[in-house]
Amino acid sequence: MTQDYNFAYLDEQTKRMIRRAILKGLAVPGYQVPFASREMPMPYGWGTGGVQVSAATLTPEDTFKVIDQGSDDTTNAVSIRKFFEKTAGVAVTEETEKASVIQTRHRIPEAALREDQILVYQVPIPEPLRFLEPRETETRKMHSLQEYGLMHVKLYEDISQHGAIATAYAYPVRVSDRYVMDPSPIPKFDNPKLEMAAIQLFGAGREQRIYAVPPYTKVVSLDFEDYPFEPTKADHACDLCGAEDSYLDEVILDDAGNRMFVCSDTDYCRSRREAGHVGRLGEEAA
Amino acid sequence: MTATATTAIAGGFSDPAIESARAFRAAMNVMARPGEIRDLDMARPPAPLSAAAGTLLLTLCDPETGVHLAGACDSAEMRGWLAFHTGAPVVSADRAGFAVGRWADLLPLDRFRIGTPEYPDRSATLIVELEALQQAGASLRGPGIKDSAALSLPDPAALAGNAMLYPLGLDFFFTCGGRIAALPRSTQISEG
Amino acid sequence: MYVAVKGGERAIENAHAWLAEERRGNGDVAELSLAQIREQLSLAVNRVMAEGSLYDPDLAALAIKQARGDLIEAIFLIRAYRTTLPRFGATKPVDTGAMDCDRRISATFKDAPGGQVLGPTFDYTHRLLDFKLAAEGGESLEAPKAAPRHQPTPHITEFLAGEDIIQREPESEAAPGDLTRQPMSFPAGRDIRLQSLTRGDEGFLLGLAYSTQRGYARNHAFVGELRIGTVAVEMEIPELGFAIEIGEVELTECETVNQFKGSKTEPPQFTRGYGLVFGQTERKAISMALVDRALRWRELGEDDLGAAAQDEEFVLSHSDNIQATGFLEHIKLPHYVDFQSELELVRKLRREAGADATREAAE
Repeated sequence: MTQDYNFAYLDEQTKRMIRRAILKGLAVPGYQVPFASREMPMPYGWGTGGVQVSAATLTPEDTFKVIDQGSDDTTNAVSIRKFFEKTAGVAVTEETEKASVIQTRHRIPEAALREDQILVYQVPIPEPLRFLEPRETETRKMHSLQEYGLMHVKLYEDISQHGAIATAYAYPVRVSDRYVMDPSPIPKFDNPKLEMAAIQLFGAGREQRIYAVPPYTKVVSLDFEDYPFEPTKADHACDLCGAEDSYLDEVILDDAGNRMFVCSDTDYCRSRREAGHVGRLGEEAA
Repeated sequence: MTATATTAIAGGFSDPAIESARAFRAAMNVMARPGEIRDLDMARPPAPLSAAAGTLLLTLCDPETGVHLAGACDSAEMRGWLAFHTGAPVVSADRAGFAVGRWADLLPLDRFRIGTPEYPDRSATLIVELEALQQAGASLRGPGIKDSAALSLPDPAALAGNAMLYPLGLDFFFTCGGRIAALPRSTQISEG
Repeated sequence: MYVAVKGGERAIENAHAWLAEERRGNGDVAELSLAQIREQLSLAVNRVMAEGSLYDPDLAALAIKQARGDLIEAIFLIRAYRTTLPRFGATKPVDTGAMDCDRRISATFKDAPGGQVLGPTFDYTHRLLDFKLAAEGGESLEAPKAAPRHQPTPHITEFLAGEDIIQREPESEAAPGDLTRQPMSFPAGRDIRLQSLTRGDEGFLLGLAYSTQRGYARNHAFVGELRIGTVAVEMEIPELGFAIEIGEVELTECETVNQFKGSKTEPPQFTRGYGLVFGQTERKAISMALVDRALRWRELGEDDLGAAAQDEEFVLSHSDNIQATGFLEHIKLPHYVDFQSELELVRKLRREAGADATREAAE
């Protein structure tokens, strides 16, 4: 009962099916292409869509990076990175700059990505209209007719009730003036970065959808003239590297509830500290 | 073994998993960046098919995809080669997932599936064999293009008409020898 | 001083080592063999084969052992293995009319050709713990044997069809769809529905089927027939030009006969629900038949009563326990980036609400 697996685990026919879906996804940016997602050796909901897209995309020459919550060392990122180290024999890195393919859950790296890089997102619920309308038959119709009024009504109800749009992550965007798309549960702080030089691929395994955003594609976060979209983050600088432009994790330090704020993108923080930047609590570390 | 069979067996990938991974990356990159030209030169299909078109067929086609062979591409050698290496069924234009041939042989375009409003992905991809492929000619704008790009399109007006169908429409690869470029339906075209 | 959490890799390795130790349990107790699981926990093996969609009792036993008896985890192992197997082709449809029945009962007729055969059922056992089993060392028991029946056992619904009083299923030569190869789209069609149900979670289907009995789209089901036994599996070999038997599988088949007063499009007649599941899995097969029947409201011209069991998209989207358990359990994964963005938002909304309240108080 031993067994050898194919390069990057998936069989060739499955990879071809995924590759065809990726090409159609790139041709119709933001449109969710159905694909016959396979059962992977990790659970649905744990990145099987991203893993399948990465498996269909990787070549032996690639250098692969995996982040979860911005960090390379979170357990599920470690697990996925090891999977491809083993099944595809690719080089791996924690440095954004050195990676050619980056698989991510919940973040876009802080450093601007280049044209020769690919960002693969793990997507739990690809349908931006799902929580307004649970039926796929209905939401598919709404996309075909560009009937996005329901989404605007929802956002507007937030404003009338709370004085602000109460969506903090998975904030919906409109791609190339056509499809409303779920950018995966990234904090809305990351939304402006969705317009980038790299190819962005989105894989939802359990929901059997792949979608894509080609480089330099127009991506607009939904908003209203009088309530413009605001990419927000904790109003602090990183306590380790002093960065004021990066998304921050809040860490509880002691029983008294003292906090510190640190970059969620651990590689960004590391590279800044190596370059000599020091935050409020960083000096003590040296 | 017959002469056809010998031809059919030659010219495929020697290491399918690795070569098709590399070939797909080239195909994905050009589809994501309309106007960009890349090398794609792994397969050796029977004449008159180019190496790039042959490589693309081996990378993307299998028993689940109907392939339409247009004009001189529809030969016994070509059918044998496609069947041996991909198992893809040869089908008529209206049922094709992929079609390959010279531009004139692929016309009229309205024979091919352009998808449905609810499933625009259910559309054909055309692999157009060109005599020349260069970054000059029609001006391209849209997703995947920083400002504008240029590509030697066979018939800019017809392709602009295809873009008008967006989000429905056909997607194109252009092949010439061992090189490839692409034009998705999302690209806006103006005469250069 | 705070140091960012490191060591995910070592933590995973250690967790795996601990899991392996727990799996084995106390080393003084003899280790379970796959043969013991296959022979003595055969209903668990059957469930894993059915929901794993792979007929292989030895692999199912291995999966149960590896999963420490967590059957959904075992089903997951089987599914992940199954998806890597190459496909050589499709078998011919099995002929359940030619089944070698171990059990065959009908609730609709007192007797019928082929008889009522109880088989190895729990049905009339009194559910009293048998402390003799706790003593171990039980010798292998042999049940009395009757002469095997050699002619095929006809389906009960055939008798009703002969009288033309039950709806006939349309014959079709079309190859059925396969939800493991094509993405699901709705409406799915009965072939995909039945495939989805037979792979679906037993507990989920049981609950849905039960809800129809309690009035949520009640469809008056009788168990027309329940049969369990083995059938031959045949495959056409193109090189040979004919079909050969490649093995046999144990199946449970349930056909319900449902009262039907007729609708706008159909005359009064009986209708059917259908369940077919790998192994001896009768709770699942009966549940499947009831849910199948509930899902057929549209083709029979019945009313949509808004019941869960009638809702194809709802049932098919939620019946797969591997999808469900993965997504349910993924909320254990770190979500602190999303949580942080929510935290900032709630703080901001509270600040603003507080500022409004202060202003109002001042005015």
